[in-house]
Amino acid sequence: MALWIVLGVVVVLVLWAIGVYNRLVGLRNQTTNGWRQIDVQLKRRHDLIPNLVATVKGAMEFEQNTLTAVMEARSRAMAATGPAEAGKREGELTQALGRLFAVAENYPQLRATENVKMLQEELAGTENKVGFARQFYNDIATTYNTARETFPAVLAAGALGFQPAELFQITVEAERNVPTVDLSMKK
Amino acid sequence: MNLFQQQAANRRRTWLVMAMFIALAIFIGAGLDLYVLGQGGRFIPVGTIAALAIGGGQSYWSLQRGDRAVLLSAGAVPLDEKATAATTDDDRLRYRQYANVVEEMAIAGGVPPPRAYVIPDADPNAFATGRDPQHASIAVTDGLLATLNREELQGVVAHEMAHIRNLDIRLMTVVAALIGMIVLVSDWSLRAMRFGGGRRSGKSKNGGGGALGVLLFAVWLLAVILAPFLAQIMAMAVSRSREYLADATGAQLTRNPLGLASALEKLEHASSATQSIKRGTAHLCIVDPLERRLDNREGRFADLFATHPPMAKRIEALKKMAYERA
Repeated sequence: MALWIVLGVVVVLVLWAIGVYNRLVGLRNQTTNGWRQIDVQLKRRHDLIPNLVATVKGAMEFEQNTLTAVMEARSRAMAATGPAEAGKREGELTQALGRLFAVAENYPQLRATENVKMLQEELAGTENKVGFARQFYNDIATTYNTARETFPAVLAAGALGFQPAELFQITVEAERNVPTVDLSMKK
Repeated sequence: MNLFQQQAANRRRTWLVMAMFIALAIFIGAGLDLYVLGQGGRFIPVGTIAALAIGGGQSYWSLQRGDRAVLLSAGAVPLDEKATAATTDDDRLRYRQYANVVEEMAIAGGVPPPRAYVIPDADPNAFATGRDPQHASIAVTDGLLATLNREELQGVVAHEMAHIRNLDIRLMTVVAALIGMIVLVSDWSLRAMRFGGGRRSGKSKNGGGGALGVLLFAVWLLAVILAPFLAQIMAMAVSRSREYLADATGAQLTRNPLGLASALEKLEHASSATQSIKRGTAHLCIVDPLERRLDNREGRFADLFATHPPMAKRIEALKKMAYERA
């Protein structure tokens, strides 16, 4: 009888440990996937920028500096290695784009061009997607970290190779106050 | 209450109502078997099982096929088709924006992008359908795309994405099936009593008996008569609480409660009913598509049967979230 009780307890404990382990694996994979999603969206943004610059170039020939700044920020962002540097460079790119849109406001004929409007929408969408991908990554990474650091998972998590996930932080101070570019279609 | 507490409280409330729902269904079903159908030696709840089977079958069908039926009845057109057919630059831009916003919210929610549809209707409204995030669709009217700016559209799409992510469509389908079942059992009970009531008095029941038994029978009879109303009232309570939850989850996705708040303010003033959205779909919409929303007063009897909470209260809750975030 006592044997059966002990056996029962052991089975329950093992099942429970499997459950905890599987939850951690699931969360870790979601976290990794979340990180990749950020990259996907960043690449999309990098691909869109030459298009944008080519489209506005003609109308904005007096703003060569702004355009060059965007292109340079883009190359630096693409060349960046490691999350910390990438975060910083992407932040600078966001700023450069913000300035470009701010300057573009001075060119009504440019804003009226359908092509530009469409590109602006694409860029606004991509900016948002980058932002939301980061937000989702942070949310899921926080859930993972919490699951990992909660007793009793914390006792075994390190030994089983569950490393804490690093949260994405805004590295450029100025990115906190991105100049709000109003790309909405006002009615 | 912050956003996450609001969500947690809301989930608890939903479970409470669902438990009451199931309890009511079982109570009425058990009564049917016990008082009306009666039984010989062993107790086999024939009525309850039959009603459960019918309810289950209905909900299975609507989970499998319901989304297509709903989209079809609303005359929804896939966004791709609409975008290709668009003639003006404004329309193209608008559809592109809608497509982008849907993708953004899918990323924010960590769910696959749902299929996007447009309903050719001038009244602003939107709904989501589909049994799980992998089989979900979002539909908005042309009127909505024309009325809202990007931020507001994002709020509305986030609200719909929240319905998808919180599995509200599945929940409301189950609720509809439960209502069907309760109505069915109550109907059977009333009919059976009208035609074969003699059986009950003749046998005077095995268990229970005495004053308690009579009281229980009286309560059951009352429940049978009131069941259709009770079920409807509970279903609408679930629907309203899920609306608040979707508002809160949506705000969590956009981190911008004011976008949705401002969208709701605009929708509130769009006064007509959405012609193309049928009654049965009302609980899936961003705002009640029927004329009911025109009446914003609270505490009236009719509120018990409303699918959506009063607009003013939703906007107030969203503004409070924004205030607490700041």
